[in-house]
Amino acid sequence: MSATSAPSVDRLNPWQPHAARIVSVMPEVRGIATYELELELPEVREKYRFAPGQFNMLYLPGFGEAAISISSSPDTTGTLLHTVRAVGNVTTALAKKQAGDQILLRGPFGSSWPLDQCRGQDLVIACGGLGLPPLRPLIYEVLRRRSDYGRVSLLYGARTPQDLLFTGEYAAWRQGDIDVDVTVDLGDEQWAGPIGVVPTLFERLQLASERTWVLTCGPEIMMRFVIQEALERGIPREQIYLSMERNMNCAVGLCGHCQLGPAFICKDGPVFRLDQMEPYLHREDL
Amino acid sequence: MTMDRDFRGMMTSIEKHQLQRVIEHLQELGYRTVGPQVRDGAIVYDDIASIEQLPTGQIDIQDGGTYRLQTDIEAGWFDYVVGPHSLKNYLFPPREPIQQLTLNANGWHAETPDLTEPPVAVFGLRACDLHALAIQDRVFLEGPYVDPQYKARRERLVIVAVHCRRAAATCFCHSMSTGPAVSGGFDLVLTELDDHFTVEAGTEVGAEVIEHLSHTPCTPAEIERSRQVSLDLLQEMQSRTPEGDSPRPRQLETDGIRDVLMQNLDHARWDDVAQRCLACANCTMVCPTCFCSTVGEVTDLTVEHVTRERTWASCFTGDHSYTASGVVRPSIKSQYRQWLTHKLATWIDQFGSSGCVGCGRCITWCPVGIDLTEEVAAIRGEGT
Repeated sequence: MSATSAPSVDRLNPWQPHAARIVSVMPEVRGIATYELELELPEVREKYRFAPGQFNMLYLPGFGEAAISISSSPDTTGTLLHTVRAVGNVTTALAKKQAGDQILLRGPFGSSWPLDQCRGQDLVIACGGLGLPPLRPLIYEVLRRRSDYGRVSLLYGARTPQDLLFTGEYAAWRQGDIDVDVTVDLGDEQWAGPIGVVPTLFERLQLASERTWVLTCGPEIMMRFVIQEALERGIPREQIYLSMERNMNCAVGLCGHCQLGPAFICKDGPVFRLDQMEPYLHREDL
Repeated sequence: MTMDRDFRGMMTSIEKHQLQRVIEHLQELGYRTVGPQVRDGAIVYDDIASIEQLPTGQIDIQDGGTYRLQTDIEAGWFDYVVGPHSLKNYLFPPREPIQQLTLNANGWHAETPDLTEPPVAVFGLRACDLHALAIQDRVFLEGPYVDPQYKARRERLVIVAVHCRRAAATCFCHSMSTGPAVSGGFDLVLTELDDHFTVEAGTEVGAEVIEHLSHTPCTPAEIERSRQVSLDLLQEMQSRTPEGDSPRPRQLETDGIRDVLMQNLDHARWDDVAQRCLACANCTMVCPTCFCSTVGEVTDLTVEHVTRERTWASCFTGDHSYTASGVVRPSIKSQYRQWLTHKLATWIDQFGSSGCVGCGRCITWCPVGIDLTEEVAAIRGEGT
């Protein structure tokens, strides 16, 4: 959680971007694609390490930068995955790029999920919509060291079945002994799973609250109710972590845009322990 | 400038016109000399070559939403207080390129523009300005990441400070423990006595400048008189009371201020101030510590040459808090609350000190005269 600079970011010049080649573009669901990137310079590529939950600033010259979480395994060297919804100026321009094109990036930035602290414990990973990509690196890490963790449940939801991300991987995750519970706000004829918002999936869990850690990412309203469900079930505050989103321009705590209370979301977050964010979560327009 | 040896107490006396030699000597050393001067009815900082440009005999009358210069035959060379500019304009300019990108056959090439500008020597800075500089240093130099442009300018900066002899009604450095005496962070500091300056060096550079002047060591009486200037002003500020039609002197109760503000995020006063605030962002522009900025793209028509340009930003705009899910702080109420709670409360969490130095610029340059000391008093329930 401490703000220390990454080896691939020059502490004395955090603005310097690195060139990356788009290796592949994988369409996911409506408006969302996963971009596989390879840093071009070998010396940059070799130095580059990230922890689950961190993000890069993806940069298209002439368009600008967007803060995008890394959705690949931290154990994979060579390429990085970013799962991006085309919504703003930069991400819409990115959606027009294809394999072989170059983009620039800076990073990785920010804090990461407490993978070491929750070793030996049960995990509830609760996410909605595009809140899953920042948690996928953690899922991969848990699968890689599965015996280090107790019971692991993924609670995931999206608006409709067509909006669910990474559906092709759920079988492998289940096979790796992760309970995957998926819900949608609005079903269709084929949908046989639960209907409702992510927090309602807590009802399906048998929790040993004192040894359960909750890691959540998604719309703030969803995270608030996930936290409420977790607290009602007696999960200690220190074992609840969330990932916040704010406007990030510099990513290094110098531009001021991403502040929430005392935190710079970019460098103190995006991943916070609940008590760090709790005074500010329930305030309108803070 | 780092302090290599202790210069405290080494005070000398110079004739006032010797200040011209100081300007010239620093120019000979390659410095761009910047100092106070009257422009458009206000005292601003700009290039200075002659002591004739200084605002001698001018004082500034300041109040909420009010700034007037007045000629005063009693006034010395530096008896104005602070204008709309501060050091931030020079170390963290309102607009500057931070990256240059060129598209060539191999793709984009990005580089940081070289700082080719000469080092700057600034005259006339006050205690509040130097505290503001120390605060910006903590933001730009002392975190996990360093701002390269700020660092390059800061390391070469020379400061000729002045001990204030008067305070505007908007000044409240005495509340913020930032003045009125200049306590450190200068190369030279001047005290204006009737017909001469006493000068104290804070660094080797400052001491070296003094050696090039015709100067005499201060007598114990001169040292005493110099010290007394700030003490008298401090006492005056502490005992100021509202009288007649003159502007209300400001003070700010800082005791427990972080928790007072953060525990009152739903106070009715935020709605009240939102009715008056225009969200014009003036306060954030004149504040010597406000550091928000936005980096944007400036391209040529071919989009093969891109400059990443950083400009000052303000929390009083909607796009400041824009995210893919919407604007986080869309209302003036939420924007003012962000500004004030950041400045006086969460700044302490982030950087270990208040973000306010009591210079009063935000009060003076607010077009509707919103006064943060009054807002805090209202939130404390002290009435106004």
